Amino acid sequence: MDELRTRARELLESGKVQLVIGYEQGSGGKTRPAFVENPEKTDSLIFDSRCIQNLAVYVTKSEVRKKGRPAIVASVPVLRSLIQLASENQINDDTLVIIGITPGLELIEFKTLKEVGSFLEQYSLELDARDKEMICKLDGMEPALRWKLWMETLEPCFKCYACRAACPLCYCTRCTVECNQPQWLPVASHLLGNLEWHIMRAMHMAGRCTDCGSCANACPVGIPLTLLTRKIMLDANLNFGQTGPSLTSGNIMSVFRPEDRDNFIK
Amino acid sequence: MAEFEPKIVAFVCNWCTYAGADLTGTSRIKYASNVRIIRFPCTGRIDYMLLLKAFGEGADGIIVSGCHPNDCHYTSGNFHARRRWIVFRSLIDFLGIDIRRITFSWVSAAEGAKWAGLVNSTVSVIRDLGPYDDYKKIANFIEKEVSHG
Amino acid sequence: MENYIIQNGSLENLFDALVAGGKTMIAPRLKNGKILFGKVESFSEISQDFIQTAQSAKEAFFPRTEKLFGYTCSKNKIVLEDVDPEMFPEVILWGIRPCDAKSLVPLKKIFNWDTGDQIFNRRVEKTTVISFSCQQSDEFCFCTSAGGGPGSTEGSDILFTVMGTDGYMAEVLSEKGKQILDLNSGLFSKAESHTNKDQFLAAIPVRFSREEVSKKLASYFDSGIWENQSLRCMGCGACAFVCPSCACFDIQDESHGNRGTRLRCWDSCGFSLFTQHTSGHNPREKQSQRWRQRLLHKFAYMPERLSVYGCTGCGRCSRACPVDMNILQHLISIQEVDHA
Repeated sequence: MDELRTRARELLESGKVQLVIGYEQGSGGKTRPAFVENPEKTDSLIFDSRCIQNLAVYVTKSEVRKKGRPAIVASVPVLRSLIQLASENQINDDTLVIIGITPGLELIEFKTLKEVGSFLEQYSLELDARDKEMICKLDGMEPALRWKLWMETLEPCFKCYACRAACPLCYCTRCTVECNQPQWLPVASHLLGNLEWHIMRAMHMAGRCTDCGSCANACPVGIPLTLLTRKIMLDANLNFGQTGPSLTSGNIMSVFRPEDRDNFIK
Repeated sequence: MAEFEPKIVAFVCNWCTYAGADLTGTSRIKYASNVRIIRFPCTGRIDYMLLLKAFGEGADGIIVSGCHPNDCHYTSGNFHARRRWIVFRSLIDFLGIDIRRITFSWVSAAEGAKWAGLVNSTVSVIRDLGPYDDYKKIANFIEKEVSHG
Repeated sequence: MENYIIQNGSLENLFDALVAGGKTMIAPRLKNGKILFGKVESFSEISQDFIQTAQSAKEAFFPRTEKLFGYTCSKNKIVLEDVDPEMFPEVILWGIRPCDAKSLVPLKKIFNWDTGDQIFNRRVEKTTVISFSCQQSDEFCFCTSAGGGPGSTEGSDILFTVMGTDGYMAEVLSEKGKQILDLNSGLFSKAESHTNKDQFLAAIPVRFSREEVSKKLASYFDSGIWENQSLRCMGCGACAFVCPSCACFDIQDESHGNRGTRLRCWDSCGFSLFTQHTSGHNPREKQSQRWRQRLLHKFAYMPERLSVYGCTGCGRCSRACPVDMNILQHLISIQEVDHA
């Protein structure tokens, strides 16, 4: 913690960065994102196991970028998102300074995104066991029963788009739901509107989701969104061998191999 | 009571399947007339949400068809489409959408007979499954007045 | 207004009698791990021990998606089918908090400040509000700073206050409330004149003065405070949608061929496109401007124009916010610090 604050102060004082994006104490016993511009104020920065919001969501925001070059406090899930953003040309080595935090709470500073990529190789993405079990259970159900279950589960959704807002990879300045000539996805939060939104978002996450869980944490009505994102990740792995974000391998939906195989095309 | 006649929407590529369907006609092969064909330049152009839109507008079944891999008029459109279909089909099945109602295939411009067989078998399958009422129910918001808990 | 007592066991009997009477009961119940409002048919489905639900009960009068009318286009004419307000169900909101009942005050003002909204008004008329006062609160509650309180009766038809193990005090506050009392008079007994509910209410200290904040806000339009406060805001609609007093909406037409429906759907001033003009200009293109709008609307514009505040202090926005934009903390900061 002290090391983090010292490093943040050094970076601000030296002018290397104009802003440090980290975490501070929030309400309800939780932490919240913090933005420190004044080197005197770096004492508010903390880091512990409660820090689960994905800060990478801020590196694509114009209001944050306007402040200057940021440093970002990055745990492993945040690092994964940064790699994915880099693979999509949203950030590069000059965009930000990455203050990595290992699962053992040690500080590790990266000079390049390539270093981040190599570092992440030792932390392979393991999907949550409970969700995997639930996905298995759902896969084994009768489709009609699955439909009924999902209709009940998606019913409370009122299209607040907190899931989209919290996801670092949903950075489109104009989301597909905001296009209204024609209105491609219904704005209304009836069952069809909710279904189409969640399918659309899951498909847009195919091969890109880095499993930070921010979407499900952000949902005010408790929809188990990670079931959808993890199902998509399991499929990406099963069909295309994807194991996590990579600076080199290209997005599974943008590339193809002639050897791709399916079991249903007649 | 009138027997249920399935409404099938077919999303096909212009260069292979559409031409193949044309060949079926010029060969005077008779086949079921339940299909409404929508022509695309390539299967790579088919947005996966269109399939759901078809169900939402009352389709009971869907056919998606294009050029065989390696034969795409635009070289790689069908390769991208194949990846999309693999992921999309698995996702909508996971959500309980009835994927027995969607048939994916490769039909070339020379496979007039294959097209006829494909349509006939799809219509027969959908006829047995019946109309896709579950989906129509959620799509038909006009019938209900409000949506809340 | 008279006060009555209902015994613990009889509360369930009252509930059952209301269900049997054919009314739609909407109450807090557990779903997806959160406490949400939904239709309930048995007393056991109702969540009991909680401070506040995740979403508000405003859906009863302001549904998240609502048909306004249907239309059919033929050769040279358009036929409209209006919604028939008489078809709206009779609803009883059971188990809402005083801060939720109080939201009817700003909502009624918003939907009637110009042309009265017939659909909203009819739904309100058909809804009976049965509230339960609060014995506990958390750090997000600030009803007492918002002109209300854990035992406030504003907006309720009946307010129940649990009195230890002696049952509930029932304050019957309106004709609708009296009707329920009369139909179930066997379950109620008159309360002694000295019965006081105050000792059974949660102690919620006043944290700021909304009059002072309102005055200050008027001069803070160009202050840098908005940017400082809103940097972490991600621009989702969670706060507006869980808020019992937020009533902004979008109009959407959903058409199939030559038939369609005009729908009213919830919208949020926090969305980036909320004020986007067709010219491409957006007067609130930055999140800081949208955050400023949220606070000024509720604490400055509404009191000025409609003589009512747009916030009842329920704290849901702060609980729901993924990045803890704690509105109470922001308001206290505005009162205590000079940000001009």
